[in-house]
Amino acid sequence: MSDTTNIEKRTATTTTAEQTRSGCTFVPAVDIIEQDDELLLLADVPGARAEDIHIDYERGQLRLEARVDERQEDDTRYLLREYGVGDFVRVFQVGEGIDPARIQAAVKDGVLTVTLQKHPEAMPKKIDVRNG
Amino acid sequence: MWPARNRWGVSQRNALRHELDRLFDSFVERDPFAPVATTRPFPALNIWEDNNRLMVEAEVPGLSLEALEILVQGNELTIKGQRRPAVTESEVYHRRERGTGEFTRFVTLPYEIESEGVEATLKDGVLTIVLPQAEKVRARKIQVKSS
Repeated sequence: MSDTTNIEKRTATTTTAEQTRSGCTFVPAVDIIEQDDELLLLADVPGARAEDIHIDYERGQLRLEARVDERQEDDTRYLLREYGVGDFVRVFQVGEGIDPARIQAAVKDGVLTVTLQKHPEAMPKKIDVRNG
Repeated sequence: MWPARNRWGVSQRNALRHELDRLFDSFVERDPFAPVATTRPFPALNIWEDNNRLMVEAEVPGLSLEALEILVQGNELTIKGQRRPAVTESEVYHRRERGTGEFTRFVTLPYEIESEGVEATLKDGVLTIVLPQAEKVRARKIQVKSS
């Protein structure tokens, strides 16, 4: 199951968008949590601030992009280099049940939280049963 | 080095599956192509040297400085911490890639550190630790006297 020993920063193996910036693109690790009236999407985007994050919704696709510049000079001689630094990009297919007009996002401590409200008709309903 | 190890052993067809994660339609099914996680130490570290001091950087999104413990003794650095789940465990997760739990990372550094001078900063989920080399191990210029 999930624990901190299994975390690895993934580079994107394919890109759905044109590469507009040099360097590696990474796939952020995400959690998707369903609640009664919304979906919560949490994405690890360390190094990104609100102004670096671009979220687009178009034709059922939600695209997250967090631009992260290299923090060190190109010629830095690393004694140990276990991860790379670059933009985070990930695209999600969003189902009919989500209301695209009410997608909200916030970032704190390098974690992006996207809140996707469900359409009222997609919410679970409790049906009252009457005695006939 | 990171570029060589960032391979999940997935074919191109499956790679596309990662790009287009389905967010709502298929929330009942489990992702059959979910990569098998490899066990790696957390957090991953980048270490470099800068003028008689070592710089250690780690990506620890979602952690506060209070949730981290940094210990330096001699030439040994220990980073301990805990990342808690954002919501209660009982929630319905359709995807869960962000690890949680306790971690300890232990690193042997190339030289002894002046533990009094160690500084750690945390910004937007990026931890940076500055570790000055201990005065006693710094190379000294030896004056050569003519006899």
